[in-house]
Amino acid sequence: MTVTDSPTTTGGVLGQRLLRKEDPALLTGEAKFTADLAIPGALHLALVRSPHAHANITSIDTSAAAAMPGVVAVYTGADLMDAWGAPMPCAWPVTEDMKNPPHYPLATESAKYVGDGVAAVLATNDTAARDAVEAVDVTWEPLEAVVDLEDSLADRVVIHPDLGTNRSYTWDLKVEAEEGAVDRAFADAAFTVSERYVQQRLIPMAMEPRAVAAVPQPFGGDITLYSATQIPHILKVMSALTLGIPEHQVRVVAPAVGGGFGSKLNVYAEELLCMALARKHAVPVRWNETRSENAQATIQGRGQIQHIELAADADGKVVAMRVRLLADMGAYLQLVAPGIPLLGAFLYAGVYDLPQAYDFSCTAVFTTLTPTDAYRGAGRPEATYAIERAMDALAAEIGVDPLELRRRNYIQADAYPYTAFTGLVYDSANHPQGADIAADLADYAGVRQRQTSQNVNGATKRLGIGVSSYFEMCGLAPSRVLASLAYSAGGWEAATVRVLPTSKVQVVTGSTPHGQGHETAWSMIVAHKLGVSPDDVDVLHSDTAISPLGMDTYGSRSLPVGGVAVAMACDKVIDKAAQIAAHQLEADVADLDFAGGAFTVKGSPDRSMPLAAIAFEAFTAHNLPDGLEPNLEAQVSYDPPNFSWPFGTHMCVVEVDVETGDVEVLKYVAVDDCGVQVNPLIVEGQVHGGVIQGLAQALYEEAVYDSEGNLKTSTLAEYMVPAASDVPPVTMGHSVTPSPTNSLGVKGVGEAGTIGAAPAVINAIVDALSGLGVRDVPMPASPFTVWKVINEARAGGSSDATDAAGTEVGDHEGVTARTTVGGGGDESTANEENGSTS
Amino acid sequence: MIPAAFDYVRAGSAEEAVELIGQHGEEAKFLAGGHSLLPLMRLRLAQPSVLVDIGRISDLSYIRDAGDHVAIGALTRHSEIEHSDVLAQHVPLLAHAASQVGDPQVRHRGTIGGSLAHADPASDLPATTLALGATYVAQGPGGTREIAAADFFESFLMSTLAADELLTEIRVPKMDGAGWSFQKFNRRAQDWAIVGVAAWRRNGAAGVGLVNMASTPVLATSVASALAGGASIADAAEQAAAEADPTADLNASVEYRIHLAKVLTRRALEAASA
Ligand SMILES: Cc1cc2nc3c(=O)[nH]c(=O)nc-3n(C[C@H](O)[C@H](O)[C@H](O)COP(=O)(O)OP(=O)(O)OC[C@H]3O[C@@H](n4cnc5c(N)ncnc54)[C@H](O)[C@@H]3O)c2cc1C
Repeated sequence: MTVTDSPTTTGGVLGQRLLRKEDPALLTGEAKFTADLAIPGALHLALVRSPHAHANITSIDTSAAAAMPGVVAVYTGADLMDAWGAPMPCAWPVTEDMKNPPHYPLATESAKYVGDGVAAVLATNDTAARDAVEAVDVTWEPLEAVVDLEDSLADRVVIHPDLGTNRSYTWDLKVEAEEGAVDRAFADAAFTVSERYVQQRLIPMAMEPRAVAAVPQPFGGDITLYSATQIPHILKVMSALTLGIPEHQVRVVAPAVGGGFGSKLNVYAEELLCMALARKHAVPVRWNETRSENAQATIQGRGQIQHIELAADADGKVVAMRVRLLADMGAYLQLVAPGIPLLGAFLYAGVYDLPQAYDFSCTAVFTTLTPTDAYRGAGRPEATYAIERAMDALAAEIGVDPLELRRRNYIQADAYPYTAFTGLVYDSANHPQGADIAADLADYAGVRQRQTSQNVNGATKRLGIGVSSYFEMCGLAPSRVLASLAYSAGGWEAATVRVLPTSKVQVVTGSTPHGQGHETAWSMIVAHKLGVSPDDVDVLHSDTAISPLGMDTYGSRSLPVGGVAVAMACDKVIDKAAQIAAHQLEADVADLDFAGGAFTVKGSPDRSMPLAAIAFEAFTAHNLPDGLEPNLEAQVSYDPPNFSWPFGTHMCVVEVDVETGDVEVLKYVAVDDCGVQVNPLIVEGQVHGGVIQGLAQALYEEAVYDSEGNLKTSTLAEYMVPAASDVPPVTMGHSVTPSPTNSLGVKGVGEAGTIGAAPAVINAIVDALSGLGVRDVPMPASPFTVWKVINEARAGGSSDATDAAGTEVGDHEGVTARTTVGGGGDESTANEENGSTS
Repeated sequence: MIPAAFDYVRAGSAEEAVELIGQHGEEAKFLAGGHSLLPLMRLRLAQPSVLVDIGRISDLSYIRDAGDHVAIGALTRHSEIEHSDVLAQHVPLLAHAASQVGDPQVRHRGTIGGSLAHADPASDLPATTLALGATYVAQGPGGTREIAAADFFESFLMSTLAADELLTEIRVPKMDGAGWSFQKFNRRAQDWAIVGVAAWRRNGAAGVGLVNMASTPVLATSVASALAGGASIADAAEQAAAEADPTADLNASVEYRIHLAKVLTRRALEAASA
C-alpha cells in the first residue's frame, strides 16, 4: 500500500515528531567529544607533515626538536617501522590485480602528498608538541607532482615506482542481453548524447575535526582507543591486525562524534600512532587535529572524470548506456576507497527502465594528493549527477521537456519489485508520483511559463528550473553481494534488547551514531514494539566493550539494517515473554494477544499480564516454564536480504545574473521517499542537511590544488562551506512507499539529499542559460565560473548570445542575494520552510 | 593554528596606549577587536612580541553629531555603526556598509579603527569612508593630527599611520539627502567582497569607492568627473576601473574583477540616482 500526502503513522509512537533525546547534552555542551576527555598524564602527539606533494626524504634531523621544553620523544618513520604488524588497511581489493602500495602511518623514504606524515613528536602538551614540529629539520628532494587524472594515467611520473604504474585498477561491468547489444543499440539509436562531467574534489569538513586518545592499561597489555570515528567496531579489528595486538585486548570507544560524512569511516595514521606510542611509553597518548590538518590529512571525497553516453529510440526511451570513469584515489588506497566509484556502478541508469545494454568501466589512478574515500553518498551522487545531467542533455537533443523525458523513462510504479538490468532487485518505488508532487511544489508549469516572458534577448536575470530524480542504493548491505564485490567484510548489524527487572529497556546497537539521532529512533522502535515509553529506553552504542558486535554507521545503513535488527530483537523478546506469560496465565502461547505492552488471553480480557511483570518474573526466575533461561533479553545479527532503495525527485529554480554570473536559488523542492518514517523530524533534518551539502558541491565547494599539489583551500576562508545565510529554504514533500524488505517498511535517508541535489541545481543553471547556447556548467558553479561559461558560449555565437553580449543599459531591477542597494540591506537569513505535501 | 608566544598589556586610555606602544617598540601592536590581527597570528603570519590591548578604552567608542560631520570613535564596533540613529539620518551609506561586514559575531568585535588601520583593500569600511571623503584623527607621542582618507592608504595592509600612532576618531561629512548604494559582491554573506562599490550622489556631485580593486582601497575619481562632465551613468561606469589595479585569486581573474567593478558601479549609481 502506498500512502501519500501525510506522514505514515503505523499506530502509536512511530511517525511522531519526537524531539531528539541526544540534543540537550549537545546543546548545553555537556556531551563529551574525544578532545574533551580529561586524561591525566597523557602525552600529546603532533606530526611533521610534508610540505611537498611529492618528495624524497633525504634526511631528518630531530635533535633540535628533541631538546625543546616539554618534548618527550621524536620519531621518524624508520624509527617506528617495527611497531607495525602490517601496512594500513585497504579492505576493498576490487580486482585481483588491484595495485595497492604499502602505506604506513609515517612515510619513510618519500612523501606522496602535502600533509603526509614523516615524523612524530611526543610532548607533555599540545603547544609544545606543535612548536617542536617546526624544529624538526627535514631535507627534501622535491619530485614532480601529479595532480591531474589524465596526466596520472599517462604515467609520465610514476608515483609509486615499485608498482610501475599510476593505475590502481580497472573494473568493468558489461551487461548485454546478447553480445554486441550496446554497440548495436548505439548504431541504431534515433538520438545519442555523449557527455563529460568532472566531480571536483570535496573536503568533508565535519564540524568536529578528528581527535584520538589511546589509553593503555598499566598491566596486561590492554589498550583503549578513544577516537572521533564512525566505525569503532571495524577500527578495533583493523587496529589489532595492523599493530599485531590480540583483538580481545583492544577496546575502541567513539565518544560524542561531531559529524563524519564518511571522513571518519577510516583507519587513520594518527589512531595507529597514538596506540603504538601509548604502548611504547606506557602512558596515554592523544592527538587533536587542527582545521587545516583536517583539510589535508583527512580523506577527501569525489574526484572523478565521468564520460557518459546515452542511446535513445525515437520516443526518447533510453536503450543503451556507456560509462567510463577515471577515479582519483589520491596518494594511497584508504580503507574503502577503491570501492567508492563502484557503489555507483549499479546506479548510472538511475530510476529509468534500461534494458540489458550497459557498458561500464572504471579506472582508478593515484595522484600526489590527499587520499580520497567515502564522502556522503559515496559513488551514488556521482552516478546520479551523470545520468541526471545526461538526461537533460538528451532532452535538449530531442527537443522535449526534461521532465517529460523522465516520465517516458521512469520505471513504472506497478513494475516493483523490479529486477534491474544488473540483476539487482529494486524493492519499491513510485517515481511518477514523486515527480508530480515535486512539480506541484515547484510550480513547474508556472516557471516554464514565466521563462518565456523573462528569458528574452538581452535579459539580465534568467530563470531556470532543474530536475533530478534519484534512487539511492543504500542500507549496506547483503553480505553475499559484498562478497561478490570483493569487499572484505559483511553487511549485517547486531542488536540486543534487554528488559531490565524494573521493566526499563536497554538496547545495545552495533550502529554508531555521530549526529543522526539513533538514540531517539531506536527508542521509538522499541516503544512501538514493546509498548513502553521511549523515555524508558536507553540505547548503548559506540563502545566495543559494551557493544562487541557491530558494523557501524555509513551508507545510510543504520535504520534499514541496525534499526531493523532492533525490531527483530524486540520480536524475540516478545516470543520469550509470551512463553512466560502463557505459563503464568495457564494458557497456550497461541491463545495470547500482545498489545500495548501486555499479554491478554484471547477472549478473556481480565486474564492479562503486563511486560513489566514478566520482566520481573524473568529476573527472579522463581516460576518459569521448564527449560526456559532466566532474564528477558534477545540478541539478533541481521543480514539484510536486499539493499534499501529510497528515491525521490528534487527540483531547483534559479535566477542567473548573466552580467555577474551570480546564481540565486529561488526555490528548492525535495520530495523524498524513504518508506515508513520513524521520526519525520529526523528525516527532514537528514534531507535538509543532505540537500545543502549537495547544493554546496554544485555552487560552492572545491578542494583546489595548484600544479605543485598545494591545497589552496585549506581553511574555511577559502574552502567555501556555505553558511545558513547563503542557502535557500528547502521545501520538502514526501511520499511513503514502504519497503517490502523489512518488517518496519523503512529505508535509509542519510544520503538522499546529497544524491539528489547537485544535478538539480546545475540542470537549473544550464536551463536558465540555454538561450545563450550554454550546454554545461562545471561544478562548483561560482559566479566567476558561470561568467566564463557565458562568455565562452557568446564567443561560440548563438544569435541570442550575440544580442545579449552588447553592452546594454536599462532598468536593471532588483539585486542579487549578496548585493544590496541603499534602503534595502537586510541580510538574507536562513528561513527553513518545511512545507509538506499534506 | 596556535600563535607564537607574546606578551599582553592593557591600556586604560589613549594616552596610556601611545605610551605603552612607545615602550615596547617596533614589535608591539595595538589589539582592538582582534578580528584581523588574531587570525594572522594564529597562522603565524604576524608574530608581534607584545599586544597593547586598547579594546576597553570606552572613551573611544562613540558616534556623535558634530555639526557638519559625524564623529566616530575609533573603538566603535561595526554593529554600533550599523544600528546608529545618527548615521542612519546623516550617513546611511556608512551604516549600511558596516552591516555588510562579515557576520554578526565579527560585527560585534571588530572596530572601525581596526578596520581602517589594518588597511585591507578587501575590507568594506576603508573604501566606504574614502568615497565619503572622511578624515581620520591620529594621536601619537607628539600630539594629534588629521589625515584625509585619500592620503591614508599607502599599499597592501600599509597606511601612513606611524607604528606609535593610535587612530582615535573618524570624521565623516554629513550626506543628508544624498542617494547612495553599497554593492557588495561575494559568494558567502560572511566573506570579504570579491569586488565592492560604495557610491553616493547629491546635487551633481558623486563619490565612488572600490573594494578589493587594488592593493589599497580605490577612489574612482574618473567616474565622478565623468558624471560631473555630464556623462551618462553607463558611460561613467565604464571608467570604474581607471584608477584600479586588481589582482587575481580563486574567486576572480583580473578581467572579471574589472568587469564586475563596471557592472557594480553602474548598478550602484543607478540605485543612488533613483
Ligand atoms: C570571519 C571574518 C570575516 C570578516 N569579514 C569582513 C568583511 O566582510 N568585511 C570587512 O571589512 N572586514 C571583515 N572582517 C574584518 C573585520 O572587520 C575586522 O574587525 C577589522 O578589519 C579589524 O578590526 P579589529 O578591531 O578587529 O582590529 P584588530 O584585529 O584588533 O587590529 C587590526 C590591525 O589594526 C591595528 N589597530 C587596531 N586598532 C587601531 C587603532 N585604533 N589605531 C591604530 N592601529 C590600530 C592593529 O594593531 C592591527 O594591526 C572579517 C573578519 C573575520 C574574522
